[in-house]
Amino acid sequence: MSYHSVVCVKQVPDTANVTADAMREDGTVNRAALPTIFNPEDLHALEMALTVRDRYGGTVTAISMGPPMAADVLRDCVYRGADRAILLTDRRAAASDTLATSYILSRAIRTLGQYDFVFCGRQAIDGDTAQVGPQTAEKLGIPQVTYLEEFIELKDRTARIRRNVGNGWEVVEVQLPVLISVLDTAAEPRPPAAKRVMKYKHARARAELEAAVKAGLPDATNGERDSEIERRAEPLRARGLMLDQWDLDDIRADLAWCGLAGSPTKVHRVQAIVLTKEGYTEIPPTEEGVRRLIRELVVDHTLG
Amino acid sequence: MIEPNRNGEVWVFAEQEDGSPHDVALELCGKARQLADRLGVKVGAILAGWKVQELSRQLISQGTDNVYLVEDRQLEHYLTQPYARVLCTLIEKHKPQIVIFGATPLGRDLAPRVASAMRCGLTADCTDLDIADVNDPAAKTTHKNLLLQIRPAFGGNIIATIINPERWPQMATVREGVMPLGTPDMLRQGEVVQEKVEFQKQDFAVKLIQRHREQRQVNLKAARTIVAGGGGVGNKDNFKLIHELAGAVGGAVGASRAAVDGGFIDKDHQVGQTGTTVRPALYVACGISGAIQHRAGMEESAKIVAVNTDPEAPIFSGAHYGIVGDLNQVIPMMIKALKERPKE
Ligand SMILES: Cc1cc2nc3c(=O)[nH]c(=O)nc-3n(C[C@H](O)[C@H](O)[C@H](O)COP(=O)(O)OP(=O)(O)OC[C@H]3O[C@@H](n4cnc5c(N)ncnc54)[C@H](O)[C@@H]3O)c2cc1C
Repeated sequence: MSYHSVVCVKQVPDTANVTADAMREDGTVNRAALPTIFNPEDLHALEMALTVRDRYGGTVTAISMGPPMAADVLRDCVYRGADRAILLTDRRAAASDTLATSYILSRAIRTLGQYDFVFCGRQAIDGDTAQVGPQTAEKLGIPQVTYLEEFIELKDRTARIRRNVGNGWEVVEVQLPVLISVLDTAAEPRPPAAKRVMKYKHARARAELEAAVKAGLPDATNGERDSEIERRAEPLRARGLMLDQWDLDDIRADLAWCGLAGSPTKVHRVQAIVLTKEGYTEIPPTEEGVRRLIRELVVDHTLG
Repeated sequence: MIEPNRNGEVWVFAEQEDGSPHDVALELCGKARQLADRLGVKVGAILAGWKVQELSRQLISQGTDNVYLVEDRQLEHYLTQPYARVLCTLIEKHKPQIVIFGATPLGRDLAPRVASAMRCGLTADCTDLDIADVNDPAAKTTHKNLLLQIRPAFGGNIIATIINPERWPQMATVREGVMPLGTPDMLRQGEVVQEKVEFQKQDFAVKLIQRHREQRQVNLKAARTIVAGGGGVGNKDNFKLIHELAGAVGGAVGASRAAVDGGFIDKDHQVGQTGTTVRPALYVACGISGAIQHRAGMEESAKIVAVNTDPEAPIFSGAHYGIVGDLNQVIPMMIKALKERPKE
């Protein structure tokens, strides 16, 4: 028996250190202005997929939907042990909300054909919605198990999983195929393997070569660029270092369900957090000051 | 997806466990009441489970007009797909214009499954909801009475307002504790509508084998006063100062993530984006810098007192009273002043 796992991973801006400067007028994020990282919980999802493969046999395919630079996280997946990586990139997918994103991911997963598990992180730190996992499961017409903390065992195509539900935990059993969302309290991700880093650090997706050639040969004609891209791709392909790349046509996506058109939610307004200073009283750090504060709080009934 | 339906009700998913309603379900009934009054429509609550009819009274007392009750032994414990089937069946039948869920682990598992099946929009983890007309300059139209779904985005660094103009129902999950719990009106009248939902075999693909619930030791949400300590407290031993001050005011103990990560106190006490959202009458923040993720969980407090050695600490900008000083000196002064305080 062997099991095929798909892991959905996302490259995200490091939101722990964002300023309002990174926001454009229209409320979209100027991602170029921010450092990017592997979405933390997706690393745990990858680890879960690799664990299942190590224990029960099979393959791990990582998929990332995003701009060409999202190939970074796919290389990272390969360094850590993924067998295959697919960059899903298409300008027409830009501005997709969670519903459109899950539709596109479900099309890509269906295009892969056979799969037993789809793993994803519970949520991405740039949106914190936790919606894409369950929505992708629904689009695929398969069950979902959210908040995995431990993969207990797999027997007769039935997986036994412990999930953390906030005020406790549950053990559930589910028949494959299933989509599983993983918490960051699940097993620690393994580090990249040095040997695989050496082997795959030159792996590229076609979109990356395109971007590099465009930057390097700004005055070249399209034909000249194409042949330069081909010249660079050729040796990579020979060494198995071309990452797979798909667009919306490759996955036969209905454009009505993708991008802005496929997104029912619209950003109406965005405000940077503004701090209010009104009604502020500074109290000196003295016995007298503190006594005055307590008295005020008693008088206005804040303290009973 | 359903067509925009201006006469549709405003619905709340009445999350319950073991026959007890989740606080957020009751909070949402009050919010739904406000929204429905603005729209001139009724409030509906979806109550699914086994032997849960009794909860209808509570839902009605908090502002619900119609409780749609689905009782089935197979719904005794929550499972995603059967519950999603209940929601989808009833949404298609009654065509509500708004459906809101608590942004609990359960609500955030269920709502996206339903939204995907309905092909409608969903906004996660809202901190406020409102009704307004929205101009769409591109289409040269005005959408009347849309649900404004307001939430922090991008790690809490901005506040985004999301709308869902065309593909209804308008759905959102709402963070626990941000909507005030109303006073129940036991005389309020409402109706219980019995509903029957047909399940399919594949709805039960996931089987619950074992279930464990922990009693929450700390009830921060119910506390009238919270004294919270942060990284500035320094170590676990020194955190007893926070406990002592909390004892002196008769309040609960809160903490920032730095204090939790430092092992000064249990995670149950964490206030903020990834902890509990609180709105006590008084919040005393000691040695807490006031990072946006912390403030997201406490800035609705009626009165905020901050103690910090750094006059530039962001906590001061949201506070009502600030003491620039060392908590190791200020807290004992506070305890002393409290003991000597004049009784009203
Ligand atoms: C996705 C995400 C989610 C998060 N969720 C939360 C959350 O839910 N809750 C939360 O709290 N944080 C959360 N954080 C972390 C948050 O960003 C901050 O790191 C954290 O709140 C810092 O805690 P702190 O202010 O207590 O500690 P520090 O940043 O260490 O600040 C300590 C403060 O104490 C002051 N101080 C030092 N000594 C003294 C003294 N003797 N007397 C008085 N003052 C003193 C210092 O001036 C400083 O302001 C989250 C972060 C991320 C990225």
